Order: sequence, then structure tokens, then C-alpha cells
Amino acid sequence: MRSLKRWLAVAALGLGVASLAQGSGKLEIFSWWAGDEGPALQALIDLYKKRYPGVEVINATVTGGSGVNARAVLKTRMLGGDPPDSFQVHAGQELIGTWVVADRMEDLSSLFRQEGWTTKFPKGLLDLLSYKGGIWSVPVNIHRSNVMWYNPAKLKEWGVTPPKTWAEFLATCQTLKGKGLEAPLALGENWTQQHLWESVALGILGPDDWARLWRGQLKFTDPKMINVWNTFGKVLDCANKDAAGLSWQQAVDRVIEGTSAFNIMGDWAAGYMTTTKKLEPGTGFGWAPSPGTSGVFMMLSDSFGLPKGVKNRTNVINWLKLLGSKEGQDTFNPLKGSIAARTDSDPSKYSPYSQSAMKDWKTNKIVGSLVHGAVAPESFMSQFGTVMEIYLNSKNAQAAANAAQAIATQVGIGR
Amino acid sequence: MRWLKNKDSLYSVLVLLPSVILIAVFVYGFIGQTVYTSLTDWGKDPSQALSANPQIRFIGLENYRELFTGLVDSRFRQDLVNTIFFTLFFILGCLALGLGLAMILDRGPAGEGFFRTVFLFPMSLSFIVTGTIWRWMLQPAGGVNQLPTVVGLPKGGFAWLTSREQVWQFSWNDLPLYTALVVSAVLMWIGLTAFRGGQRRRGWIAAGSAGLLLLWVLVIGDRLQLLPYDEPHGFNLAFIGIILAAVWQMSGYTMALYLAGLRGIPEELREAARVDGATEWQLYRHIIFPMLAPITLSAMIILGHISLKIFDLIFAMAGADNAPTDVPALLMYLTTFRANQIAKGAAIGTILLILVALVIVPYLYSQLRSEVRR
Repeated sequence: MRSLKRWLAVAALGLGVASLAQGSGKLEIFSWWAGDEGPALQALIDLYKKRYPGVEVINATVTGGSGVNARAVLKTRMLGGDPPDSFQVHAGQELIGTWVVADRMEDLSSLFRQEGWTTKFPKGLLDLLSYKGGIWSVPVNIHRSNVMWYNPAKLKEWGVTPPKTWAEFLATCQTLKGKGLEAPLALGENWTQQHLWESVALGILGPDDWARLWRGQLKFTDPKMINVWNTFGKVLDCANKDAAGLSWQQAVDRVIEGTSAFNIMGDWAAGYMTTTKKLEPGTGFGWAPSPGTSGVFMMLSDSFGLPKGVKNRTNVINWLKLLGSKEGQDTFNPLKGSIAARTDSDPSKYSPYSQSAMKDWKTNKIVGSLVHGAVAPESFMSQFGTVMEIYLNSKNAQAAANAAQAIATQVGIGR
Repeated sequence: MRWLKNKDSLYSVLVLLPSVILIAVFVYGFIGQTVYTSLTDWGKDPSQALSANPQIRFIGLENYRELFTGLVDSRFRQDLVNTIFFTLFFILGCLALGLGLAMILDRGPAGEGFFRTVFLFPMSLSFIVTGTIWRWMLQPAGGVNQLPTVVGLPKGGFAWLTSREQVWQFSWNDLPLYTALVVSAVLMWIGLTAFRGGQRRRGWIAAGSAGLLLLWVLVIGDRLQLLPYDEPHGFNLAFIGIILAAVWQMSGYTMALYLAGLRGIPEELREAARVDGATEWQLYRHIIFPMLAPITLSAMIILGHISLKIFDLIFAMAGADNAPTDVPALLMYLTTFRANQIAKGAAIGTILLILVALVIVPYLYSQLRSEVRR
């Protein structure tokens, strides 16, 4: 019996030491960066390890495009009282409307002031990250949502130029259809249709009304929104009918092959065409702001926050400092194919497309993307798919507008 | 404590106790928890949805009312219609194909064992694997649509999983009407058989209820509007691809069932029928098919509950977001884990449970009763 007691004591001591070690030396990073994006995350982790060699970094990646699976895993972990030390989330309302309103995150505004980030990030971005006087996450990268991609050689062959407005786009579409092109616009599965919608809406509404919409000052049932849905319907008539079965890459492929003239996709498409398809930016593929949105940068951003009650708070703060630093951002973004959120990053490290995006990032008006979590909470985004279905099935702009307003009221947009 | 007569019964109680407790907590306890959650407003307010100590209010059947009559829940109603059509065609397909294959194999062709393995093989795959294979075959740009080009014909244009076409449309507003008509028809039939069987009382009750229901249809049901506008629902043609894959997966199972049934019918019975001058068709029609009826019933139950709760096959073939091929189980996942509408997700789950119970419970009841009789 005595030996058992002694054994138990030793075991308890061992456990205590183990938990102490855990408290000082670990950092769990929860993200959905796998595959093509994996190396960029790894570069960041390597940089972190170089600065803080004593910390064991746990890379907890849950695969699945734009975090669809990761978010479900994150929810079960948070509800179960086991938050990861730091998790990836789309900057803006996706974080704020889900976790900040639920009082699960720490305010990072003192960190922003301490690191001088309030002057390094553009104001439009800081506005999107702020809620009730706090700033809630550190943006690592910036992607642009409102880009129209095309094949310059093919456009010359057809004798058309990239349209500047949606009205012009519809005219160009008719011209191209007249030349025997079945679907001038290449479109992919469900979320890329919503991606197209947000570009149409931004082009019709303009940046100010777009922002008012998410502050609750412009109703979804406003005549302007009905106009958005009607234009969207006409744009869809220019698109391929098998959209639901195509990934965004397959839709981009159709532009490269010349079976379609245009595709509207975020600027990760540039990475795909340069890296995977070995095309030269500018000659192999061309880009323009989506119709009606020149001078406006619709952004989305991956960011990391600090959940309340994490085990290794100091390590997380160090990680966040690294993410927001110039070195961290310029290490990560060239590999990821995005641009730095900071306006002082070094353009020479980036591709020709990214350099043009960086120029726009500094000068354009900044607005947030709907599909990629910047302007609306998750609960709205997710149910917006149903609104899209109502429109696609009925082609009834009023019905879609009513449903969108009902959801907006329910989730408290602009409250 | 008379039932603890001896050590044996004590042991048996002790042995059973852990599983009884576990099932009580992890099956029935959680079912109760889900049903309760479905009666609350958990997730209506985003700031409460995922907070550490959410304030949850009891709101009764509000979530169910919204699902069946709410403006933004038309997707759920379409999903219910999808499930019903899918279940119908999936069961019919599996039964017909399985019976056909079993009848061919029953004739003892050369290489019977080989074919039996081939036909049964798909069942050994998981739905995820089946879904992935069939997605390759049915993808819009390639696969089956390219087949005609092999012999020089133009390629096919059927949008297997992506079609937005609907057939057999009806308005959701007419649902109470149709339901009442179907139920009264069933009651009429019960009444008629009761009269024929001489059970006059039973017959009158059934016929009376049917009459009342018809009266309701004529007076109220016609004017009852669930929604302020007509909402069309129908059979999505995109489901054809899913049904093909599901039938491919499960028809081997029905074949095995039927083959066992066919082998169980004694040769003497067939001989006797043939001696009596029955043609081959009459033999099947009057002798063999009636003897296979219990097998058909069990196959229908198994396939029915698989189809009602199907998730993985469709997730793998068309993705969770492809609304034309959506089913309630997928919607429940999206509602709970993406939209954070936890109570509404629980309500969809409860409706699914009720649907499955509608299939399983009568079967279990009849099974238990026949066991007791034995």
C-alpha cells in the first residue's frame, strides 16, 4: 500500500511538471491553410520559431476551402471550452458577428496602439476590424474580391474591350453571343455565384450605398436593391448553365481556353494562373476591376485574434506581433499570392499582378466583401445562400429582396 | 425484490446495467435534449448563439412554424419534397434492380458466384467513395456526357447534378389539401375492407372519419393558405444522378436478400405448380412473388431509413451548397454549424427523427408482436 502511495505521488508530480511545461512553451495555431497555402503558413511558423526557439508550435490545420470545415471544428472546440491559442478567421464581421458579440475575444486595440499599427493599416480596413470601440483581430493579408479576369489575346480576336460598367458588360455580352460564344461569362459553384453577386451589387450601388447597406441604413427592399437583383439576373443570362458543377479553378480554365471571355473571381485566381497554369501576368491573362467598381477595392482578409482564456497568452501576443510586422507580412504574402495589409510593404517581393493591387490598396476606396466575411456576420452569410436560391428558382427580385431583409432583421444587421 | 431470486438474475442485471445507462443518457437523453433545444430560440440572437453562457428562451413550436410557413425557409420545404421523391425512386430502383438480378442469378447461369460478388461489391464501399466515383462520371464537362463522342455523336448535354429543372410541380399552399385527400382515401379503403370483412363498426368509424375529412377539404382546406404567395416545389432533375449512384450502391443488397428468398422456396413447390399447368409468369405472379413479400417489406424499411437520413453521398457528389440536390440532413448541418441557428437545426433534426420513426416504429411493432406470438 505504501509503495502505491509513493507511486501516485510521483505520478502527480510528473503531471504537474508536464502541465507547467505546457503553460510556458506551446502555441497552437488553428487555420485552414493547407495545400497551396501550406508553405506560406510554414514560412511564418519558421520565422516565429527563429524568434522564440523555446516555444513548441502546433500547427492545427483543418482542410477545406475558405474554412468551411475549420469553422465547424472551431465551434465545437469553443463551445467545449477548449479554444485554440489563436485561430484564423476572415477579418471583420465573420469574427465580430460570431465571436466578439458572444464575448469570447480579447480587445486588441492596445496592441494596435503599442505596435503603431493604427497608422500602418489603412483607415477603411481598421473600420472593418472595429466594433464597439475595440479592434478585434490582426489582419495578415489582403485579397481583392472585385476583379474581372480575361484573356487579352482572345479579347483582341473578338474585338471587344473589358467593359467599364454593368450596362456595358451586357452589351459586350450580346456582341460576344452574336459571335457564337455560348457563355461570355464563366461561372462556378454556389459561392462563386454569390461572389459575382457582390461585384454586381457594388457596381450598381457604389461604395457608399454598399457600406450603408451593412450599417442597416439602406434596406434590402430598397428599389436600388431590386435593381441589383434584376441586373444580376441579366448577368446570369450571360453565364454558363453548368455553373453549379464547376470549381472556381474550372471556371477560370474556361477563360484561359477561350470558351468564355470573362470571369469574376478574387485575386487568388492570379496565383492559380501564374503558378499552376504558368501564364505571364499581363500577356497570358489580363485583369480589370469588375464593371462599375474602378477606384474601389473590395477586400477580404485572413486574420488572427486572441480568444479569451487561452493557455499561452504571451506566446499568442508574440505571434500576433509577428503577423502584424512588416517582416511577417512580407514573408507570408508573396508565397500566399496575396498582398500585405500594411501600406509600407516592399513591392519588389511581389508579382506584377500583386504590385498593381498594392497600388490600388493605397489609393482606392476600401469596402468589405460579403461572401468572404468582412461586412456581414456568419449567420447572415450562410442564410444568404437561401436568398440566392429563392432568386434562382423564381427569378423574382422582390421575393429575394424580402427574404434578404427578413434575415438581415433577424441577425440584427445595423443594430 | 422477488425478481432477484438467484445469482443468475443478479448477474444479468449487473451486466445489462451499463449499456442501459449509456443508452438512456447518450441516445434517449440526447434525443430529449435535441427536442428541447428545438423548442427554444438558441441562435436567433447572434450575440447569444455561441457565448459561454447563452441566454436561451423557450418559444414553443415557433421554429417548426417557421420551417413550414416562414418566408426564408423555402429551402427546407424543397428539401422535404426532395427527400420524398428521392426515397420513392431509390426504393423502387433498388427493389426492381435487385429482384431482376436475383431472378437472373436464380436461374444458375455460368459464373454465378462471380456475378454475385460483382453485384454485391458496391455495398462494401462507403457512400463517400461511391459519391466521389460518381461525381467524376457525372461531372458536367466530362464523364457520361462525353460517351457519345466515342462513336462520333455530339456530346450529351444533361446537367446530371446541376440541372435546375423541376417536374411535377405543385404549390406548397395546396399541401394541407393533398394530405387530407390522401388520408381520406386511405381511410375509405380501410373502411371498405372492414365492411367486406364483416367488421361493421370499424368500417363505419373509418368511413365516418373519411367523410369528415372530405367535408373539411371542401369547406376549409380549400381556403387554407400556409404562405401568402404560391411557392412551387417539385422533383429536381438534378437528383437523377444521385439516385443512380444510390441505387448502384444498394441494389446489390436487395439482390442478396431476394436471392436468399428465392433459394428458400422449395423446388417441389415450383414443380407442383408446373405440373398443375402454370406458365412461368403465373408461377412468379401467384407463387414466388407473394412468398417474397416479407423480404420486400424488410428491404423497404432498411432502404427507407437510409434514404431519409442520407448525407454523405450527396455531400461527396454535389457538395453541401448545391441547393437542387439538397436534403434535410445537409440543411441541418448548414443551419447548425454554419449559420449558428442551433435551435432551428435541432428542429430539422427532430423532423428527420420523426420521419425515420414513421418508417421504423410500425415495423418494429409488427416484428415484436409476431415474436411474442411465437
